[in-house]
Amino acid sequence: MDDDLTIGGEKFSSRLIMGTGGAPSLEILEQALAVSGTELTTVAMRRLDPSAPGSVLDVLRRRGIKVLPNTAGCFTAGEAVLTARLAREALETDWVKLEVISDERTLLPDPIETFDAAERLVADGFVVLPYIGDDPALARRLEQAGCAAVMPLGAPIGSGLGIRNPHNIELIVESAKVPVILDAGIGTASDATLAMELGCDAVLLATAVTRAQRPDLMAQAMRSAVVAGRQARLAGRIPRRRYAEASSPMNP
Amino acid sequence: MKVTINGTAHELPSGATVTQAVQRLTGTRSGVAVAVNDEVVSRSSWDSTALVEADRVEVLTAVQGG
Repeated sequence: MDDDLTIGGEKFSSRLIMGTGGAPSLEILEQALAVSGTELTTVAMRRLDPSAPGSVLDVLRRRGIKVLPNTAGCFTAGEAVLTARLAREALETDWVKLEVISDERTLLPDPIETFDAAERLVADGFVVLPYIGDDPALARRLEQAGCAAVMPLGAPIGSGLGIRNPHNIELIVESAKVPVILDAGIGTASDATLAMELGCDAVLLATAVTRAQRPDLMAQAMRSAVVAGRQARLAGRIPRRRYAEASSPMNP
Repeated sequence: MKVTINGTAHELPSGATVTQAVQRLTGTRSGVAVAVNDEVVSRSSWDSTALVEADRVEVLTAVQGG
């Protein structure tokens, strides 16, 4: 079935976007990414450490995975814009996962700073994918501002709490004309499936795989989960009923 | 002259360029980006951009994250 995901005019056959944080080693990360089938994967920008062994960029290049730099760790629009510009320079991509957090305890995204940064980055020619709360109004405003996708959270980063407000995710999906990517909070395969069943176009996850006891096996599970959820969404689920509806003939 | 590279003080010859600052950390140019006093300096300008006393140089690269 031809069912590509299109973001910013670029097509992807996998609807699983991976993060790279939390993996115990680059070898384990590479294996998990390969098994996941992902075609788009995030990295963070940090001060160059001359003693760091190996590079996550080499892993992505070897596997032919498109790199999606993020602005993780930024608290203000100004920091995020600078980080995005540095990422563009270092990685030669104008794609950016915009992430502006409000505090270190929850890592929840700051909507005001995020919107400000999104406007500035769109004006600067970036393909902007903003990480946001599950807020349909903000999602709409960011789409109107020219973002290439919106990335509402299911639950706080790394929490593994799943999708805390499926209703809001559905509301975002209903009105969005750009891809909706469920980002953050995925704990296990059923969370990823639910995201896709709710109508999300893709799922972004990292910790659920990289900190699993067997990252490669969880990566495989997530790959299947995203496909299953997408197929179920396209297939159209039956309505929920209060009482039984016989699936076998009732007459003798 | 003294400049700060990634938060650490370094002594560079006066008139040193961004390229020389980067070389204090790494021999490679690819996958690396530089900001001087919070302004991005594109790779093509590293050789021609001279630093001055007390400049803050940030040399960034991609790491695991997100």
